[in-house]
Amino acid sequence: MEETTKCELVLHINGEQRTVITRQAETLLFVLRDELGLTGTKPGCLNGDCGACTVLVNGTPIKSCMMLAIETVGKEITTIEGLRDTPIQHAFVRHFAFQCGYCTPGFIMNIHALIEQHPNADQSTIQEWLQSNICRCTSYQEIEAAVKEALQAKKTDIQPSHNRISRV
Amino acid sequence: MVPFEFAYYRPQSIAEAVAMFIELEQKGKRPLYYGGGTEIITLSRLGLVSTAAVIDMKAIPECRVLDADSDPLVLGAALSLTELVEANPFPLLTKAAKEVADRTARNQITLGGNLCGQIFYRETALALLVAEADIVIAGPNGVRQSRINDLFHQHLQLSRGEFVVQIKVRRFAVELPHFHHKRRKQGEIGYPLVTIAALKKDETIHAAFSGVCPFPFRSAKVEAHLNDRRRPATERIQAAVNAFPRPILHDIEGSADYRLFVAAQLLEDALRELGETI
Ligand SMILES: Cc1cc2nc3c(=O)[nH]c(=O)nc-3n(C[C@H](O)[C@H](O)[C@H](O)COP(=O)(O)OP(=O)(O)OC[C@H]3O[C@@H](n4cnc5c(N)ncnc54)[C@H](O)[C@@H]3O)c2cc1C
Ligand code: FES
Ligand code: FES
Repeated sequence: MEETTKCELVLHINGEQRTVITRQAETLLFVLRDELGLTGTKPGCLNGDCGACTVLVNGTPIKSCMMLAIETVGKEITTIEGLRDTPIQHAFVRHFAFQCGYCTPGFIMNIHALIEQHPNADQSTIQEWLQSNICRCTSYQEIEAAVKEALQAKKTDIQPSHNRISRV
Repeated sequence: MVPFEFAYYRPQSIAEAVAMFIELEQKGKRPLYYGGGTEIITLSRLGLVSTAAVIDMKAIPECRVLDADSDPLVLGAALSLTELVEANPFPLLTKAAKEVADRTARNQITLGGNLCGQIFYRETALALLVAEADIVIAGPNGVRQSRINDLFHQHLQLSRGEFVVQIKVRRFAVELPHFHHKRRKQGEIGYPLVTIAALKKDETIHAAFSGVCPFPFRSAKVEAHLNDRRRPATERIQAAVNAFPRPILHDIEGSADYRLFVAAQLLEDALRELGETI
């Protein structure tokens, strides 16, 4: 059996292959931020409670402070840097669904997965998913409005126009 | 952040996992079986877990089985709580699993991890205790199967090197009338003040509890009072609550008296929902 506790990992992140030498005991959160410079994923409680560190692993939201990087070998990781022009990003801007913005990447990752997996999500499904993320600035009403708009946009497959974003 | 080093192993079979455990144990690595890893990682940071090796069970096919059509139905210990909730093979277990942590955390927390963790609520155990499920365990002495009720005394009594492979629930138990409720201090996420899972089999109520004591329990004495139909329901409930094991949790979330009060209220709801005259 292998004795060393460092290892080389080949990770698939945002459509790219990245190689990193890291500790086997290292969390995905630390590897993304400190080894790969993907600092959009935020450290909060480091205890599984706040959701700031949420990323997608094979499309499923995961709290990256509670998953080892080594577990994600062979899987597709998506971080906030990997999302561009999604309906939920535009809806967050239009609804001012943030104040300080620290919780925002985690919310967006989770909501993006919700929209992909449950395009017809009802109120209770939305609530169930959003309870995984905490916002200290209390933007919850605006976040809920943004989710509903993004779900609608997904259904009609019409993305909000950039003109409307630049007006806010 | 894990403030110490460990090696990560991912066996592909039960035999390989057990052999790894034995070898790592002999080398003094104090290996831990690894399910979702959420508790191992978070408690490591707090200095409450230490190990030099983890053995991930998620690539062992038997630990990933979800056979909802068989009798008994078979649930692999490495299934995530989300996978269990979405497949819904056993509605009482679904209700219990759906109340654990939050949706994103449940994508990682496993059934085996919830049953075997240090965090003492272990809420999925309640549904399995009242349904008298069987538990398949592997270890250095081979694979064995036992009734969970014979092995779960505050926590699962596993020998060093043993791990939970599967849970088996007999089909008739899946279809019995049941009750589940988790009452928290506030909000919809968090540990329970009191959680009750109950079901009625052959006119007998089975009930198990979490949050009241620093361990989950199902008690013959408590059930004897609950099922003593010579007495009015309020007396049965009070006698049942008086027979709870000790100590009763008494902390910032809720005093002991308050927890017992909440337990009595929930028992009244349970009896009513299970068709008892209140
Ligand atoms: C944010 C959060 C909220 C939570 N809320 C709740 C709650 O509301 N109710 C509740 O009941 N619990 C709750 N918990 C506790 C959680 O259910 C336990 O910590 C559980 O152990 C996590 O499961 P896991 O698969 O990640 O375990 P791991 O971290 O993989 O393992 C935990 C322990 O169980 C052992 N283990 C794991 N799988 C097996 C197996 N198959 N056989 C033998 N031993 C095994 C490991 O060796 C280790 O000692 C919460 C945890 C978190 C992180
Ligand atoms: S930092 Fe991961 S849940 Fe808070
Ligand atoms: S916007 Fe500040 S924490 Fe949510």
